[in-house]
Amino acid sequence: MDLTQITSSVLASGPEIIIILGACVALMLSLVPRPGQGALLAGLSLVMIALAAAMSLTLAQNPQTAYGGMFVNDGFSTFFKMLLYLGTALTILISDRYLGTEDAAKGEYYVLLLFALSGAMIMVSGKDLLIIYVGLELQALSIYVLVGFLTTNTRSNEAALKYVILGAFSSGLLLFGLSLLYGLTGTTQLEAMGEALDSVETSSPLLALATVFLIVGLLFKVGAVPFHMWVPDIYEGAPSPVTGFMSTVGKVAAVAVILRLLIQDLAMLDPIWRGSVEAVAVLTLAAGSFAALVQTNIKRMLAYSSIAHGGFLLLGLLAGGSEGLASVMLYLLIFTVTNLGLFAVIVLLNRGAGQGENIQDFSGLAKSQPGVALMALVFLLSLAGIPPTGGFFAKFYVLVALVDAGFVLLAVFAVLLSAIAAWFYLRVIMLMYMEQNDQPAVFQVSPAIGWALIVTFTGTVLTGVLPAWFLGVSKAAATAGLG
Amino acid sequence: METILLFAPLVGAILCGFGYKYIGEKAAMWTATGMLFLSAFLSWISFVTFDGVTQHIEVLRWIESGSLSTSWGIRLDRLTTIMLIVITTVSSLVHLYSFGYMDKDPQWKEGESYKPRFFAYLSFFTFAMLMLVTSDNLVQMFFGWEGVGVASYLLIGFYYRKPTANAAAIKAFVVNRVGDFGFALGIFGLFFLTDSINFNDVFAAAPKLAETQLTFLWTEWNAANLLAFLLFVGAMGKSAQLFLHTWLPDAMEGPTPVSALIHAATMVTAGVFLVCRMSPLMEFAPEAMAFVTVVGASTAFFAATVGLVQTDIKRVIAYSTCSQLGYMFVAAGVGMYSAAMFHLLTHAFFKALLFLGAGSVINAMHHEQEMTEYGGLRKKIPFTYWSMMIGTLAITGVGIPLTHIGFAGFLSKDAIIESAYAGGSGYGFWLLVVAAAMTSFYSWRLMFLTFFGKARGDKHTHDHAHESPITMLIPLGVLSVGAVLAGMLWYGSFFGHADQVGKFYGIPVAEASAHGETSDHGEDAGHGEPAADDGHGEATAEGEHHYVFAGKPGEGGLYFGKDNTVLDDAHAAPVWVKVSPFIAMLGGLLMAIWFYIINPSLPGRLATAQKPLYLFFKNKWYFDELYNVIFVKPALAIGRFLWKRGDGGTIDGFLNGVAMGVVPFFTRLAGRAQTGFIFTYAFWMVLGIAALVTWMSIGGGAH
Amino acid sequence: MEEMLREYLPILVFLAVAVGLGIVLILAAVVLAVRNPDPEKVSAYECGFNAFDDARMKFDVRFYLVSILFIIFDLEIAFLFPWAVGFKDISMTGFWSMMVFLGVLTIGFAYEWKKGALEWE
Repeated sequence: MDLTQITSSVLASGPEIIIILGACVALMLSLVPRPGQGALLAGLSLVMIALAAAMSLTLAQNPQTAYGGMFVNDGFSTFFKMLLYLGTALTILISDRYLGTEDAAKGEYYVLLLFALSGAMIMVSGKDLLIIYVGLELQALSIYVLVGFLTTNTRSNEAALKYVILGAFSSGLLLFGLSLLYGLTGTTQLEAMGEALDSVETSSPLLALATVFLIVGLLFKVGAVPFHMWVPDIYEGAPSPVTGFMSTVGKVAAVAVILRLLIQDLAMLDPIWRGSVEAVAVLTLAAGSFAALVQTNIKRMLAYSSIAHGGFLLLGLLAGGSEGLASVMLYLLIFTVTNLGLFAVIVLLNRGAGQGENIQDFSGLAKSQPGVALMALVFLLSLAGIPPTGGFFAKFYVLVALVDAGFVLLAVFAVLLSAIAAWFYLRVIMLMYMEQNDQPAVFQVSPAIGWALIVTFTGTVLTGVLPAWFLGVSKAAATAGLG
Repeated sequence: METILLFAPLVGAILCGFGYKYIGEKAAMWTATGMLFLSAFLSWISFVTFDGVTQHIEVLRWIESGSLSTSWGIRLDRLTTIMLIVITTVSSLVHLYSFGYMDKDPQWKEGESYKPRFFAYLSFFTFAMLMLVTSDNLVQMFFGWEGVGVASYLLIGFYYRKPTANAAAIKAFVVNRVGDFGFALGIFGLFFLTDSINFNDVFAAAPKLAETQLTFLWTEWNAANLLAFLLFVGAMGKSAQLFLHTWLPDAMEGPTPVSALIHAATMVTAGVFLVCRMSPLMEFAPEAMAFVTVVGASTAFFAATVGLVQTDIKRVIAYSTCSQLGYMFVAAGVGMYSAAMFHLLTHAFFKALLFLGAGSVINAMHHEQEMTEYGGLRKKIPFTYWSMMIGTLAITGVGIPLTHIGFAGFLSKDAIIESAYAGGSGYGFWLLVVAAAMTSFYSWRLMFLTFFGKARGDKHTHDHAHESPITMLIPLGVLSVGAVLAGMLWYGSFFGHADQVGKFYGIPVAEASAHGETSDHGEDAGHGEPAADDGHGEATAEGEHHYVFAGKPGEGGLYFGKDNTVLDDAHAAPVWVKVSPFIAMLGGLLMAIWFYIINPSLPGRLATAQKPLYLFFKNKWYFDELYNVIFVKPALAIGRFLWKRGDGGTIDGFLNGVAMGVVPFFTRLAGRAQTGFIFTYAFWMVLGIAALVTWMSIGGGAH
Repeated sequence: MEEMLREYLPILVFLAVAVGLGIVLILAAVVLAVRNPDPEKVSAYECGFNAFDDARMKFDVRFYLVSILFIIFDLEIAFLFPWAVGFKDISMTGFWSMMVFLGVLTIGFAYEWKKGALEWE
């Protein structure tokens, strides 16, 4: 590789470099404690994200591959990166207050968020199994630390330890799958691998084995049954903004990789995994919907809800084609804004030391904080998939894609389960609007969270009012991804 | 104009709900009410000036997804305009009524502001309902459908300090989700088969659907029948038909104006509207239609029996509503959609009247709803008494047999019963006649218990019983006029000859002698003279004034199949059929007089003598208990089973006590999935991998 | 498929030999060794004096920190050596790649220094 190639490659990975540079600068700044440091680092991180976003948009003008075909900038990756930026920026906005009330304000927090973001970005842009794996590990390692960020909180510590062990387990499985694929094809580059696999019989047991491990490693990240068991414990234990981050950014990156591998480059594996992924999707939907019914901790409930939403994403994957792809992408967009909006409300309710996470703490919110309660109402309705919020269209388009692809029974099943799932969101709404509370939550909405709420609320409503426009965007990105 | 009338309630709701802090409570409430009256005024204009040509008005480009492309549009045809006047008229009157009724509600503390919220919900409901009836595609309709569901939920639970109101709100919501599920499936099915959700395309494809076979669940179905059935399931939920009716009586926990607006006149009739709207599809689905008839007739009968023994004044009227909706479905089921719409229209007037009258009584009696505490109120609240009397005359169907002179219910109900006979549904016909007798009985029972006899219950309350304020009496007056005249005024349009009905709905008709030929019939349709001759039986034979419907599916407001002759057959029904509802009504009235005026101790003795039957009716045929056992408990049990930690004690205790060491390791793990131990989680993952490996290498790879 | 498996044959042979050898050695000890235990023989041996306490004691976490830091710089050296040896033939790309690597490493080093990870107390 000569210098011009390197230069163009560096340029192509500009957004990642900006984020990593930002993380390094933030790390250095965090070493010199000064008043108002949290705000400074948060501001720096936001600026870096904005720069990276601008760069990504510029690069999207002419799609290109870099680093000898290991890295790609196309409409697909740009769409996902935008989602990642959005999710991270919103997380940063809601973090400051939480770290304050939990008394855990440390500069490393933002550094780790940025590193996790860069890892996720590398996953999204990776065109090579090793690059994807490196990105995945960078993201996972940062999140491990973030989960255990409340060092004095035993729940947080427990969650971090569990996540490290199970995460390492799943990484090992994924790596095993990758190595088998490498053994079968002799390359780690996705395109070459796709070509090589065309000549391999799909009935080969070795290929089936490789597919299983590949899929298991990725399904773990999405939290699909039976690899979902870590989700409730870790979502509950992790600091709330980190939970929001994991459930959106973490999931977006993992789904991007799944789509990249299973629908685009390694589409020939389809007959191998289809049947079992159908079963997994159905089980995931069912387990998430049912188990959420009896939760009393809001984060735990949202963990199960997020599992159920993961099931919906898998349904979109099963639908396949550009329609299925676009529906999944739109789903992720809507899920990101809605979920983080709800987490902003959870952060507002937090009273330190994990207090204020019970569902009961929502009661009487409509009286004491009508504005926030209204927003929470919209977010919950959106998660439940009730029109005219964005969540309805998210589910709707997945179902349309599913029905178009001929999976009517799956669609029926999904509708049925989402009707059940509507229950537990409704319970929270009930508490907010119908219940009396002698000591309702009292809090001031800080400007940062205010912005986060405004952005997420607007997003949730806009996607509900103008779904066609957003679908158009995701469809364009999806077609770009399919090439 | 249609756009304005559609959005005026929404504007009112927003201004009232969010703006009352700035413009003051009174002004906010008047804004909402004013918007509604504007909307009602425009609706009447569009109803009167409507010329029979279906119009499409596009409001907004909306959903674009693959082959699915939909704009937010208004479909304006006769069906829509009928619904428009029903909704906006009742709604604006209810708004006005609420000024008096909601004033100084004891549910709220001094100084709490609840009225603007109530008005905003009402207006929002109206908007959603208008959206439902004006939609020109299924998805938009579904949105309106869900919107009214949400508004209904909010309004039933309006007294949120009452636990019963909360429970009722949730029940309504959940039961309706079951129906909505069917509706949504129906929409998906239609989209799946016709590749469009616009009514025009769907209607045009209806004949093809009748010839399509569809595999669903375990076997093959006729597409038209299956889809019609699914859509009807949605209608069953909204219109509280048998099996999904349980929420409606409980919904009476809401304020009385809500009951009048939503649970009598508008939302609950959405199901009937849906069936009529989908008439082009329904006409090709004979089996589904038979099902509609049976369900409708059974509901009419069932609800009437329960209504006989209820003592809560609002619950009596609620069951009466349920029963009357059954009537409408029977009419739709036998293919006489026009009669269904007729009853829908008249029912809206007299049922809203009864509810608002009941509200006036409740208001007079300081929010006492038990009829056993009433009695002798005739003198205390004469205006309410007389308007309730008109409502009762209308619902029981008082009129002069074999003519077209009578109260609103007389004409529309007779039309339905004759149609049921003509449609060949003996089951429907007999149940409806019996139900008519019971309707008469419980309606008069309500009147007698409330207004006649001696004052019972708290003496103080009776002494202070007072007539309601003028804002509540005006709506009663207006609706009374409607309850008297609505039937006579529009009999010809809804249930006259084919040419009159055809002109009214904009359906092309052809002369029977010239089969299949569509003729322009503008001149000879006698719109102004409702069914001038009674001798239509002979007319058929002679063929002089005889027309048949000849429209294609989707043309005009309704669609009647080529061989749908129910209208003519109904007119040709024997005399005994025509007078049977009248006789039933008289029977019911006489029974009521005997039971509650002449011999007031009789009901009590009869209840003791026939205890099982009495309890069976009193407890609504035990539907609630049954559903609790079949659905509610298992759902909760499944939820608990999948999440063991919060309920660990039960399961742990069970396992430890019963099976310590006996139950294999494996079972215990399965029962305690979410243990919190890492090794369990890892173990499950390994199990999952093993399962997937097996599946993929055997199942997946084999292809 | 067949072909590919054949390529892995040496590994299989290697595994078999390793396992076989291990078993043989253990069995040899069992079969051949003279067993004549007495208390002195089986007690813990610690440089000539009696054992102070149980061998399964808690380790100071700082040892881990130091060892991890050591590994990082160990790897850095392992990376730098070949680079330095081949420095003459390395292009600008190679040079700048290493500079980036060292830069990142320096940032990490500054962080751990400032955080006090290098101080024992």
